[in-house]
Amino acid sequence: MRLLRWLARARWDRERSRELESYLDVEAADNVARGISPADARDAARRKLGNLTRIREEIHEMNGIGWLDRFSGDLRYAARTLRGNAGFATVAIMSLALGIGANTAIFQLLDAVRLRTLPVVRPQEIVQLRIAGGNSGMGMNGPFGGLTRPQWEEIGRQQQAVDLFAWSIGGARVGPEQRGAPAVNVSAGYFPVLGVPPWRGRFFTSADDEATCPATRAVVSYDYWQREMGGVELTPASRLLVDGRNLELIGVAPPGFRGLVVGDRFDVAFPLCRPREVRNDVFHTLVMGRLRDGWSAARATEHLRAISPGIMAATQITGYTDATHRQYREFKLEAAESPRGVSELRERYDTSLWLLLAITGLVLLIACANIANLMLARATAREREIAVRLAIGASRRRLIAQLLTESALIAAVGAALGVAVAAGLSRVLVAALSSENRQIALTLDTDWRVFGFATIVAALTCVVFGLAPAFRGTRAAPVDAMKSGGRGSTDGRERYALQRVLVIGQIAVSLVLLVGAALFVRSFYNLTTFDAGVRQEGISVVFMGFGRDEVPRERVKPLIAELVAEVRALPGVENVATTTHVPLMGGSWGHGVKAGVADESTRFTWVSPTYFATVDQPLLAGRRFSETDTPTSAPVAIVNEAFLRTFFPRQPNPLGKTLMQYAEPDYPETVYEIVGVVKDAQYNGLRGDVPPSVLVPASQFPAPQGGLAMLIRSANADAMLATVRRHLKQAHPQFDIDGVVLQQRVRESLVRERLMALLSGFFGVLAALLATIGLYGVIAYIMQRRRNEVGIRLALGAQPGQIVRMVLRDAGMLVVVGVAVGTALAVVAGRGAETLLFGLRPTDVATFAGATLLLATIAFVASAIPAMRAARVDPMRALRQD
Amino acid sequence: MLQGTLDVLILQTLIAAPAHGHTIAHVIGHRSEDVLQVEHGSLYPALHRLEDRGWIAAFWGTSENNRKARYYRLTPAGRRQLEHETSRWDRFVRAVTQVLRPAEE
Repeated sequence: MRLLRWLARARWDRERSRELESYLDVEAADNVARGISPADARDAARRKLGNLTRIREEIHEMNGIGWLDRFSGDLRYAARTLRGNAGFATVAIMSLALGIGANTAIFQLLDAVRLRTLPVVRPQEIVQLRIAGGNSGMGMNGPFGGLTRPQWEEIGRQQQAVDLFAWSIGGARVGPEQRGAPAVNVSAGYFPVLGVPPWRGRFFTSADDEATCPATRAVVSYDYWQREMGGVELTPASRLLVDGRNLELIGVAPPGFRGLVVGDRFDVAFPLCRPREVRNDVFHTLVMGRLRDGWSAARATEHLRAISPGIMAATQITGYTDATHRQYREFKLEAAESPRGVSELRERYDTSLWLLLAITGLVLLIACANIANLMLARATAREREIAVRLAIGASRRRLIAQLLTESALIAAVGAALGVAVAAGLSRVLVAALSSENRQIALTLDTDWRVFGFATIVAALTCVVFGLAPAFRGTRAAPVDAMKSGGRGSTDGRERYALQRVLVIGQIAVSLVLLVGAALFVRSFYNLTTFDAGVRQEGISVVFMGFGRDEVPRERVKPLIAELVAEVRALPGVENVATTTHVPLMGGSWGHGVKAGVADESTRFTWVSPTYFATVDQPLLAGRRFSETDTPTSAPVAIVNEAFLRTFFPRQPNPLGKTLMQYAEPDYPETVYEIVGVVKDAQYNGLRGDVPPSVLVPASQFPAPQGGLAMLIRSANADAMLATVRRHLKQAHPQFDIDGVVLQQRVRESLVRERLMALLSGFFGVLAALLATIGLYGVIAYIMQRRRNEVGIRLALGAQPGQIVRMVLRDAGMLVVVGVAVGTALAVVAGRGAETLLFGLRPTDVATFAGATLLLATIAFVASAIPAMRAARVDPMRALRQD
Repeated sequence: MLQGTLDVLILQTLIAAPAHGHTIAHVIGHRSEDVLQVEHGSLYPALHRLEDRGWIAAFWGTSENNRKARYYRLTPAGRRQLEHETSRWDRFVRAVTQVLRPAEE
């Protein structure tokens, strides 16, 4: 009712105006009748009625809802004031939006990767069973600390602490188009123990665990079911084409469940079937479980430690050295809490993400300081306005409410834009982390907690600094404020103490961010221009899988020779080599080696004779491999400089020396003669020391070979990859073929560095910009207040140059102090970033000097502009003003 | 003038016939033999208040000297309110009178 009246009050006002008009008409007519002249009649009527506007206002007021009226009035007034001061409003709102948005986005990512628990029942009870301290790279390893299948089975027989399940990471060609899809192999307990119910159909049983591979049944994820199968209901006849075989499709996992790897997903799940050859040196099985009632992770670990000797004895690794066998028997199992699943992202991006959060936190700090400064300057400038309003009868409460509305409006608009910034930035972040070969699947909903936190911080800043001067202003006697407003010759330095401290703080923090940005950008540059010792440009890599049964063992080596010859003959190919390990692409292949003074695990790579020429790895001594190195000729090896440093530190000429490789299953003990030395080259990535490496002729590879990696050198690696793939697919459709461009893959592996460079660069520049605006604002504001002083100085004969110098000296002090504080902070903060840097130290002098110079330059410009404007003022006008 | 008194006076004025603001003001003045000086300006907010409460209703008509004027008439609710107010007023007057003449017996 009241609201209706409130909405209709414009109409009411018109109605009342007409009524009052009619009163005047009637009264005037009466007056004329009484003999008053028509001219005076109306005036007399008006006098009788009183103040027309006041009556209308009174009625208007009656139609109103007090607080709503005042609020909407304040809001309109605030919007008008901000529009009238667009520069101030834009800077304040953008500072807020960027500060709030960036913090929310980074925290969302951090939360998704680091803090969020698995979407399963009671995630706190989930533990991973693993070898305490890892298995030191024994046998074959996957990520995340897996165990062997025999270990899993033995643990299942002996332990009582957890409801156990196991799984491993796989991949398969799925669907009518046989496209590669991420897959997991899971034991029957996987879904039930996690408390994940089937969305459709059912999951696997223990009979599936026992069945011999290949699996005959499959479960698909909800996303895959929706995306690739159109969500068609399952029937007993549902089938899924996997690696050329039709599997029974028995179930669909529920939406939102993407498996236990953070940032990864599975499309298809298969049973953890029993391989035809169960090996006790393949650590690919992740063993996890849910703690039973009354068991803690610590107690479970105790229990596991106690039964470890029995488990290790029952699953003893064989075919390695005695030392390795002994080490295996000493392994102790532990139960590690893993309510958040397992994650590669977490390990790789942990430091980066926390650092980014710190950076965005600092940006928010600068943004707040900026807003504080702007609000202070504005509110102080309005002291006089406030005094005038107080003098003509405004209540203190109304004035404060009005200033509060203005601050709140800025905060609200800034926060709304912040949501947009956060949404956009998270998308950019996930896109930046993903690559063509690795799509990252993270649930990144806007995190309202962080958003709320950032917004409250920013809004409080707005309100506190917007109101502080209002309080001060409303306390002062209006007369004093009006007198001092602009008339006093010069304000005391103390008046700006807070502003000065804020600007110093901003300069200090932005120097920290600029230094950080420069460090990360230069690290990234160093990495991209770093000479890894092996050629990356123009190298295409092709992987082929033969399949176990399709090529008999004695046919493999001739087949490889044919394939290489075919590819070599393709137009544009400059060189082709085969290798068992592609450099710079991650992965590692080692064997125990005893030679010279050392006995340790060493990188082993079997390469064709053309390898060194293909990747431009220079020979320092001895010879390359040749066609005369055959399976039956004497075993020979080429080693790198790191190998010599470790094994033959005081041998000027290692040629002719021998090295012994310890026995392992499929790799019998072999003694190699060193026939050459190559220059060191990075092994599995750009970062890290070059490990001791041994290169051996591919012709002498002792184990069964199920596939092949070919390095093809050409002028255009992209085009060449397509050509080779097309040719091989046509000529040998029975083989799996996959390929990458080496340089592209190396670039992709720098995703973290690129991300850090990009974001820290962006935030660094942003911080410097905000600080500059803050400095400019303060100087401009101070100069405005000192117009009279400047006018007097000029009138007394000061040169404009002197005025400018005076201002610059003042601003310079702020910059000097800010830079000093910032340098100290940056040195401390740099330690946290040390591990992420490449090719420079966190205290790099050039970086610090550069950042300081940049900041000083823009600070100079920011203070010179208002200074020059002040010095150009006409003394007469400055003095006459007010 | 006492708070709320003006409302009763307006309602009382309208009991005879509908009237516009100007008439109401003059009638109140005349009836009280100019003891109750109604400020003409304050009449209109009061009219608005009464109309808002539904005690009086308005329509546009033509005044005695042929001008457009906003006329008010008493609604049934207004009539009830007037009776209520009148009796309340009577009680009030009686009470005050008694207090002012304590030594009657």
